[in-house]
Amino acid sequence: MTTPDVSVFGPDIVAKAGELIGRYPESRSALLPMLHLVQSVEGHVSQAGVQFCAEQLSLSNAEVSAVVTFYTMYKRKPCGEHLVSVCTNTLCAVLGGDAIYRRLAEHLGEEGAPLKHEDTAGTPGEQGSITLEHAECLAACDLGPVLQVNYEYYDNQTPESAVELVDALRRGEKPAPTRGAPLTSLRDVELELAGFFPEDEATYRAGVDGPSAAVETLRGAQLAADNGWTAPTMPETPPALPEVEKK
Amino acid sequence: MTTTEPQPTDPVTPVLTKRWLSPNSWRLATYEQLEGYTALRRALTGTPEQLVALVKDAGLRGRGGAGFPAGVKWSFMPPNEDKPHYLVINADEGEPGTCKDIPLMMADPHSLIEGCVIAAYAMRAHRCFIYVRGEALHCIRRLNAAVREAREAGYLGENILDSGFDLEITVHAGAGAYICGEETALLDSLEGRRGQPRLKPPFPAAAGLYAAPTTVNNVETIASVPFIVNGGSDWFRAMGSERSPGPKIYSISGHVEKPGQYEAPLGTTLRELLELAGGMKDGVPLKFWTPGGSSTPLFTAEHLDVPLDFEGAAEAGSMLGTTAVMVFNETVSVPWAVMKWTQFYEHESCGKCTPCREGTYWLAGILERMVDGHGTESDIDTLLDICDNVLGRAFCALGDGAVSPIVSGIQYFRDEFLALCDRNAGRDGAAKPALAGAHA
Repeated sequence: MTTPDVSVFGPDIVAKAGELIGRYPESRSALLPMLHLVQSVEGHVSQAGVQFCAEQLSLSNAEVSAVVTFYTMYKRKPCGEHLVSVCTNTLCAVLGGDAIYRRLAEHLGEEGAPLKHEDTAGTPGEQGSITLEHAECLAACDLGPVLQVNYEYYDNQTPESAVELVDALRRGEKPAPTRGAPLTSLRDVELELAGFFPEDEATYRAGVDGPSAAVETLRGAQLAADNGWTAPTMPETPPALPEVEKK
Repeated sequence: MTTTEPQPTDPVTPVLTKRWLSPNSWRLATYEQLEGYTALRRALTGTPEQLVALVKDAGLRGRGGAGFPAGVKWSFMPPNEDKPHYLVINADEGEPGTCKDIPLMMADPHSLIEGCVIAAYAMRAHRCFIYVRGEALHCIRRLNAAVREAREAGYLGENILDSGFDLEITVHAGAGAYICGEETALLDSLEGRRGQPRLKPPFPAAAGLYAAPTTVNNVETIASVPFIVNGGSDWFRAMGSERSPGPKIYSISGHVEKPGQYEAPLGTTLRELLELAGGMKDGVPLKFWTPGGSSTPLFTAEHLDVPLDFEGAAEAGSMLGTTAVMVFNETVSVPWAVMKWTQFYEHESCGKCTPCREGTYWLAGILERMVDGHGTESDIDTLLDICDNVLGRAFCALGDGAVSPIVSGIQYFRDEFLALCDRNAGRDGAAKPALAGAHA
């Protein structure tokens, strides 16, 4: 067996891998972020990616592969510029998630051959290419049915709005998410998942300040404000901390 | 602790959610304007033991599903520091229906950071990891930004606010695995391994992250701590019930007019929550609902007045879980919903324990066949028999959660399961697919 060529991971990636290792008391903890780092370079975890992590962390390829295959966010074949994840868990499914997924699979697939889970429409890596997957609960149930593009939220979707969204992506456009940062690409967000954020202050700020205040999120707080409802008032001065026996 | 006469509270009691309406609520400047980091200053004037006692007195119970008293959990940490102590925040929100921690981390990340510093001080931990579900990218951004701001302002790092206490927080992204919400699986994952639960004991307080003393707490639990420090235990206990005190974020989703996050005292009922959420969508009647995610047994319209606190939900035959209230109207087929959830558990079973790995596989296969119109009456018994062989027979609670919708679904809606079989029985000589779980 030949050893995979890891030259695709340049000096900057090696430096970042080293930085990740430095963030943890024990080096192996850097494996999950490092696999995200690998995906930011290749758009998936290839055998070279496995080899790279194994070398950096003094693990065997088998140990790294065992981890890669356990987690759904590590993709083992090349992905599109964008990853579209449609929640098809029960609640979203009831509200239309299943219909959205079916519609997108047909729309992005060939006539009579809808895309299957983790299939890509277009040439992986090229602009406008899209990998489609069904996802488990994305923890946005009050905003269902939801989908994510590169893990940014697009809330309250319909089959029609989802088709419009992927058509825009295929044209190279980047429609703004309902909640999240301005849309980039799967590889870009993988770098953030690895724990590296834009160095340019304006880009960084735009990402952090991307919207989050959905109507649904704020409903309870807004209802309370409208009705003058509050939690019981706290004492004017905080009560003393409880006395405990000295150990 | 003094006992106060319970006073009626308002239907919605924003505590954790009260800053969410403020513009740029996630920034340090906003947070500081709204009492942010005042609790930390106060906490640092006390001893770790006093803070543990305070959280015990307040009766704060874990908001991640199990409801274990947080102060008691903290007190399991050894008083000595022979080994480093770790605080790990479970921000791997993924239980179907659950969507409270993600909005909290987006809207008010500093409340979690401040809670982390106080909790770490109380447990003598100098490293804290926030394990965030990978798909929650925007939370990861906001938390990283909050950690950066807090460090620059002296709320994190060395000698925090001149107290002599040091703490570093690392935000760690997961990679897509529901099981990592289980605390020991989360620790394995944080160590760079497959996220598989560990046999307990030893519990994390004895041997957790890197086999060192560790406490794993949920986001909402820790974010409650600064408020308890500022308000005191009596204030906290003015909301909720004797054994389940405090406010709780109820996440209402599904067939209601106004789904969303409603923070109300523990013990609020579905009837009250539905009123807040504008009632059933388009007036279509309620059929079934979960009090706290798909792993909590289903409730029906009979349970509208069950107080949704840890005791009330349990006494009525379910669990409070994460107060993820998923509401389904009468257009939804129970066997279909149960099948969908079972497929989820099958997919997410980590494979370590045979009853769960094999059980969820067969349960999904049988339910798929039934929903497909090829069920037989004996399938119902087979389902229940398998459930009986999964429940309580695995390292963690995933298997227990998997059987909840099935057992409760059959308990309340057996007729619907039977109807699927009748349809099949009426189809003379219909070809039966040779499918997993098929009985002759």
